Amino acid sequence: MTIKTLPTTADLREIYRIANLIKQVDDRFISLIKSGQIASPYYSPRGQEIVAAAISVHLLKSDYVVTTYRGIHDQIGKGIPLKPFVAEFLGRATGTCKGKGGPMHITHVASGLPVTTGVVGGGLPIANGLAWASQLKKTGQITIVNFGDGASNIGAFHEALNLASVWSLPVIFVCQNNGYAEHTKFELGTGSSNIAVRGAAYGMPGIEVDGNDPLAMWQATRVAVGRARAGEGPTLLDAKTFRFRGHLLGDDSHYIPKPEMAAAVAADPLPRFRAYLIQHGLATSADLDAIEQKNAAEIDEAVAYAIASPYPDLSELETDVLATETAT
Amino acid sequence: MNSTTDVSRVAEEIKKMNLAQAITMALDDAMALDPTVIVLGEDVADKQGGGVFKCTTGLSTKHGEQRVRSTPISEQAIVGAAIGAALAGMRPVAEIMLMNFMTVSMDQIVNHAAKLRYMTGGQTHVPLTIRTTTGAGFGTGGQHSDYLEAWFAHTAGLKVVAPSSPADAYGLLLSCIFDDDPCIFIENMPLYFVPGIAPITGARVPIGKANVLRAGTDATVVSYSRTLHDVIVVADQLAKEGISLEIIDLRTISPLDMPTLCQSVAKTRRAVIVHEANVDFGIGAEIAAQLHRELFDTLKAPVLRVGSMRSPVPYSKPLEAAFVPTSERITAAIRQVLK
Repeated sequence: MTIKTLPTTADLREIYRIANLIKQVDDRFISLIKSGQIASPYYSPRGQEIVAAAISVHLLKSDYVVTTYRGIHDQIGKGIPLKPFVAEFLGRATGTCKGKGGPMHITHVASGLPVTTGVVGGGLPIANGLAWASQLKKTGQITIVNFGDGASNIGAFHEALNLASVWSLPVIFVCQNNGYAEHTKFELGTGSSNIAVRGAAYGMPGIEVDGNDPLAMWQATRVAVGRARAGEGPTLLDAKTFRFRGHLLGDDSHYIPKPEMAAAVAADPLPRFRAYLIQHGLATSADLDAIEQKNAAEIDEAVAYAIASPYPDLSELETDVLATETAT
Repeated sequence: MNSTTDVSRVAEEIKKMNLAQAITMALDDAMALDPTVIVLGEDVADKQGGGVFKCTTGLSTKHGEQRVRSTPISEQAIVGAAIGAALAGMRPVAEIMLMNFMTVSMDQIVNHAAKLRYMTGGQTHVPLTIRTTTGAGFGTGGQHSDYLEAWFAHTAGLKVVAPSSPADAYGLLLSCIFDDDPCIFIENMPLYFVPGIAPITGARVPIGKANVLRAGTDATVVSYSRTLHDVIVVADQLAKEGISLEIIDLRTISPLDMPTLCQSVAKTRRAVIVHEANVDFGIGAEIAAQLHRELFDTLKAPVLRVGSMRSPVPYSKPLEAAFVPTSERITAAIRQVLK
């Protein structure tokens, strides 16, 4: 395998396609919530799309991605098929989890999405186990685990990073640092100046990166993925980003100073990346329009599929709790 | 009767083994049988002593340090790593040194191991065994001795097992390791050192099946883990008075084998449940409720429960001895239902 030091044009277009798909799915989910089609708390990733999109082009289908309740960008980046994905949000029998998991627990094993947790920090120890299995079986798979800056203050973060380092696991800890843990500003809840410096405490590299810059995020991920695939152990990425639509849909971000929000929205990474691609001759406006239209059509199709799908039969209520009796 | 104990009784020469040795034998046999069986926990590898209670002694030397891996003192990381490995096709056996320390990893056990099969619509499952030990008797006090089985039995998606003999420990541990659900396997500290009939290689004991250890006619006494041995002593005493007790070793706490319990109590019409956990909101309460529902018209007396006192486990020897269900309290409860 040749080692790339710069993203190809195809990589950059793919990052744009995914980032735009995330944004459009997010917009659509919000309209489905407002129209009563989705009845769920919703944690929008709007503003954090580039982090997931730039990581995605480095991953193989067999690699694992673990994420959280704010995870649709990570799931779309990993290539989850939209039809069962949207159907799960709508609580339908055709959903990825037969409607039993819901938005906070989107799982699609075939896409390499084995765990999405609703518990802050809960995914990190499990990611180690996925990586341990890959290490034991020598499959070459790597595991990405995404979490927020808030999760870096929970005990599971400490235990997981330490064990990953001691066992030299092929795992990448991606802190999507959006500056707010629920409603609490970074400085008020975190004793260190950034998350990357915490890597040193566990003997692993901590890389601070502008997660909203596709090229920088691509490069940082390249380094971390290279280490993991080479058996050199874990890496902590501190990807600086921002979230435009609150912790939970419906919160008005009152705890974010207005100038801070305005500046972040003005620097929205998506239109910025679109302009960059056109300006550098990497894509024409018509190319990108076509990508966006194709994304919109895919979403239309998935939403129509989900709405037409049945709800789970009540007979499903108590199935999948335990394996059927295993006569051992 | 499906007890492996009964089968081995016919052997001319009865081999003896204690509970800790039976655990080691089960782990060794499982690892030899299936390369996906792996062991992790604090100090489990031979370089660190082969486990605090020596239950994993020799395994890392024989099966390699990659498959028998000592961990930092990080219960969340241990259980989490075991869950992840299980999701990726392994059959991990995690050792949590003491049952009280499982409280440190409850998020991983309750929110993740127990629920992933359901929340993923059956796409994933967690064939994980968590071995742990507990019990009063060694002066380990309030944070090293609790029986917390009710916490786990209350959680949908977990299986909970508590053997009372070396042969059952061996057979049940094999069943747990090769079961596709997360199993909580509860050992008992004082029982580690009590010799019993050695297990027969490969003889599994099924999960979810109670053992009618002794047939009787006057009352049924249900127990599991260490207190079962106290029940046997009491039953021997009462037999001298002509009282015939049917003794059931639950072996698996969840799923509960109600058919076996109901069959016995339908016959004896009286029942006492004995366990080391305190009785309030406990396993005995669940069994009593189910027996009352199923056999209300048959019962000649209300089902009684005997457990430890409702306090943290005390340190001082006289207090500790009075804390656990004493023979006097077990005897009194049996006499009460026989009135």
